[in-house]
Amino acid sequence: MITEQIGERPKLKFSFTRLLRENFKAQGIFLITPANLYLFIFIVIPLIIVVVLSFLSRGSYGGIEFRFNLTNYTRLFDPLYGKVMIFSLGVGFGTTVICLLTGYPLAYFLAHAPIKQRSLLLFLILLPFWTNFIIRIYAWKMVLRSGGLLDVALQWLHITQEPLNLLYSPTAVMIGMVYEFLPFMILPLYTSLEKIENSLLEAAADLGAPPWKAFLRVTLPLSFPGMIAGTILTVIPAMGMFVVPDLLGGAKTILIGNVIKNQFLTARDWPFGAAASMLLMLITMVLTLYYTRKAGFGEELLV
Amino acid sequence: MSEKKPAVWLRLYSLLVYGFIYAPIIILVIFSFNTQKLNVRWEGFTLHWYSELFTDRQIFVATKNTLIIAIISTLVATVIGTLAALAMHRYRFPMYNASETLMYVPIVIPEVVMGISLLVFFALINFSLGITTIIFSHIAFNIPFVTLVVRARLHGYDKAIDEAAMDLGANEFTTFRRVTLPTIMPGVLSGAMLALTLSLDDYVITFFTAGPGSTTLPLRVYSMARFMVTPEINALSTVWVLFIFILLAVGQFAQRRRI
Repeated sequence: MITEQIGERPKLKFSFTRLLRENFKAQGIFLITPANLYLFIFIVIPLIIVVVLSFLSRGSYGGIEFRFNLTNYTRLFDPLYGKVMIFSLGVGFGTTVICLLTGYPLAYFLAHAPIKQRSLLLFLILLPFWTNFIIRIYAWKMVLRSGGLLDVALQWLHITQEPLNLLYSPTAVMIGMVYEFLPFMILPLYTSLEKIENSLLEAAADLGAPPWKAFLRVTLPLSFPGMIAGTILTVIPAMGMFVVPDLLGGAKTILIGNVIKNQFLTARDWPFGAAASMLLMLITMVLTLYYTRKAGFGEELLV
Repeated sequence: MSEKKPAVWLRLYSLLVYGFIYAPIIILVIFSFNTQKLNVRWEGFTLHWYSELFTDRQIFVATKNTLIIAIISTLVATVIGTLAALAMHRYRFPMYNASETLMYVPIVIPEVVMGISLLVFFALINFSLGITTIIFSHIAFNIPFVTLVVRARLHGYDKAIDEAAMDLGANEFTTFRRVTLPTIMPGVLSGAMLALTLSLDDYVITFFTAGPGSTTLPLRVYSMARFMVTPEINALSTVWVLFIFILLAVGQFAQRRRI
């Protein structure tokens, strides 16, 4: 009956609905177009504008002069900004390494916890991170400031006598960053550790390997993809971070993210800010490519 | 993995990490009830800061803005993102790989770069900054996350049920509405939840695309927290944390019931 109906339908010259109904490719294009169009307008075009902007120069009244040149890029290698770059790389990698070292045992604990408790324990790790990012950093400001709660606690325990003056120092920035990015490290590590078959460890034990050796030779290499994914998820946002240095680092701790922000908001030298953004993009792209080539773009990244 | 309990030192260590994660938030909540304005030492219990908070006009406006932005951007991003997920799951079309790469761009580029690029873009087309520009920007970073979540859900989707519906005479649209959508609904909802929380949480991109009068809660908390520590911020944070936890609980509940 249905075929009969279709057969009887008068043939139209062109109908959009018919095209969609009959052409598989057209259906796909129809569904993907809104997303492609939207992302093209609001992501790709703005990025292209920034690329172009980075080769222009700042006009005398804070405007933009359309004269192609490379001075913005050469300025990035001034000792002043070179120091900021090195410092940013240091903070980015420092944060990542600390997250990796502190997160690995926890991920291992989660992967080995009784199955019934596992999802709850994992949920408890993530729960605070659904609260607002600025609020979490503010909470650390309360804890770290001179005469703040950390000082009170340490003095009460007679560990220190004097205030530590941690707030507005690179240490405070690192603490805030580690706090912020720890779950991004724990989650992929957990995913890859959980996948390791217990039989592999049993086989290692059967072949005479003590537990520490089985860990070094079996567990650690097999959790490598998780380490890579965690590193990418931590190092990229850490490098461009400007909020944590703003709130916990004071004027003394300036990262590349702060440089970019200041060029666009206070210094009003957009071309130079654009060049700094390009450098940041370049660094993150190189890191991402390097790591993904090494470990493959695993599903760990997509948890 | 083994059912053997983790070693004692590992459990103790994990307890410490949980303490590190929760301590600042618990302290934050407790000190929202502190009578001391400087908020260094505990003096006494008060609800003063909460009454201050609920009469704060700026906080009210910021809350309204935040909710408007989050709801609109979530709705739009969920629709666009779900369609894209369906396209990428079931169809092969020209530029498939390019579309996929495009999806990863907003996830991979540093937030600050996305923020400034949008700022420059809106400045260039002479679009004055405000709630509209924030909404446009939030939709842009939310689409890929919705697509990611919905695609993960579609992964185990059995196309045979769609074919069955069509064999029974349903057209594509009816099949989508009556069969496909209800099946992937949990995925769509968790995608929407993720978009909502990302939008509520966003500081960096909002910061660059906000104009006068479009302050959101994260922007307000930031400008308050930058210069001072007062229990009013703690009170605001406590209400915020509570709100998010309720939202999460409702989301969990809704999903449990649907599965």
